[in-house]
Amino acid sequence: MKVRHALRALDGILRREMLRSLRQRARLFSAMVRPLVWLAIFAAGFRSVLGLSITPPYQTYVLYEVYVVPGLAAMMLLFHAMASSLAMVYDREMGSMRLLLTAPLPRWYLLAARLLASVIVGLPLVYLFLFVARFWDVRPPILGYVAVFPALVLAGLMLGAFGLLVSSMSTQMENFAGVMNFVIFPMFFASTALYPIWRLAEAGPVLATIAAWNPFSSAVELIRFALYLRFDMVSMLVVVACLVAFFLAAVAGYDPGRGLWSRRGGEG
Amino acid sequence: MNALAVENLSHSFGTRQVLQNVSFTVAEGRMCILLGRNGAGKTTLFSLITGLYYARTGLVRVFDMAMQANPSAALAQMGVVFQLPTLDLDLTAGENLRYHAALHGLPTELSKARSREELGRLEVLDRIDDRTRALSGGQRRRVEIARALMHCPRLLLLDEPTTGLDVPGRRALERHVRALCRERGIAVLWATHFLEEVAADDDVVVLDRGRVCWTGTADRIVPELGVGSVAEAFALLTGSP
Repeated sequence: MKVRHALRALDGILRREMLRSLRQRARLFSAMVRPLVWLAIFAAGFRSVLGLSITPPYQTYVLYEVYVVPGLAAMMLLFHAMASSLAMVYDREMGSMRLLLTAPLPRWYLLAARLLASVIVGLPLVYLFLFVARFWDVRPPILGYVAVFPALVLAGLMLGAFGLLVSSMSTQMENFAGVMNFVIFPMFFASTALYPIWRLAEAGPVLATIAAWNPFSSAVELIRFALYLRFDMVSMLVVVACLVAFFLAAVAGYDPGRGLWSRRGGEG
Repeated sequence: MNALAVENLSHSFGTRQVLQNVSFTVAEGRMCILLGRNGAGKTTLFSLITGLYYARTGLVRVFDMAMQANPSAALAQMGVVFQLPTLDLDLTAGENLRYHAALHGLPTELSKARSREELGRLEVLDRIDDRTRALSGGQRRRVEIARALMHCPRLLLLDEPTTGLDVPGRRALERHVRALCRERGIAVLWATHFLEEVAADDDVVVLDRGRVCWTGTADRIVPELGVGSVAEAFALLTGSP
């Protein structure tokens, strides 16, 4: 694989993702509105119900809005990853995935490029949300916006790789409703995005254990700590390990010799 | 040298055998018609040749490069038009072509120039800035062929490219592909079930129920089988009415 060829292909994939994203305005709009609705309505309603004690990385009592914003940023990445995954299933059903997979580059590289492009396209919206959240008095240190960048990229890659894996296992777009119900919602709600672990432990130790092992919790905590200029080594290791595992499994899923591609029948 | 050599290729989906010991060649600069009814295994064969499916039994060689051993080098020589449309409907015709060019490592300036050139040849240059969603079926097909030619392949694979086109559209497409073969020396593998797309000097491979049941030039099939027409020969070989 020649480096120049690989970079041009990455550039092409990135441009395509950006153009598609910009032209699907309804999707862009809903991606931005979703976390704002949570912040403006859900968080406002729950702030009086859910008192929070001092929880790292915060050094004092914080408003519920402050607590929930990193979780909502991770939620944006999760929904973006799943939308991207859905787009891959759509591409496969519509045939355009064939074009990508018959490009003269290793398949793992094509999938990695698509994953990276998807994360890059999703990040500006997350930043926009973080800045808009300042109107709700969620004001992390300015340097936190810089420090959170690698955390957002890593979390986005991990969730994107998970989406890639899901897309490699989905045979039809119709199956995606099931993915929403049985994967995305449990992943989001059984995590530290909306409540800290100790709160979940009060509800039940099983739920707290699930949340502690949920890789989405690690993504949330990595973002939360970075936004407040702290580094959470354990979360980072979990995110990186899951990224590698999900990506390798997705590459195997798209392998012509092992994955769904080889098991599905052709058209004629 | 053969542009494409398929040797003893077999494939199955679960217990369903769809290709059995398929062997044929496509010579450089020749037009080869892969003739078969719906379900004969043409699309599966295309998927194996392009590496979408992994060929566990048999070999695919593109200009002597084994697809299984060196897929990137083999794919770099190929232009493919799949049976299902593969254009991105949210992108313009020009953007679709430039995306393909980027995947093949072409620099931006060259891909811009070449996209205009290829779309011009196929008489759809005026639609370069239109989203492909707005194009007719025939125009989309022409854009797909222009896209397949962006990286100057030496072997062009077309899987039922005229499906959904009206008669003038089919004839125009056929004329254009034959001109590519003649003028640029591109080898073409054209899968179809329309017998009228076969010309007398074409190489023909007849595929039926996953097996090759006849190969040779089209003008030999009628005398060799002792029938009155290519249609009768095809009916005899495939047992179709």
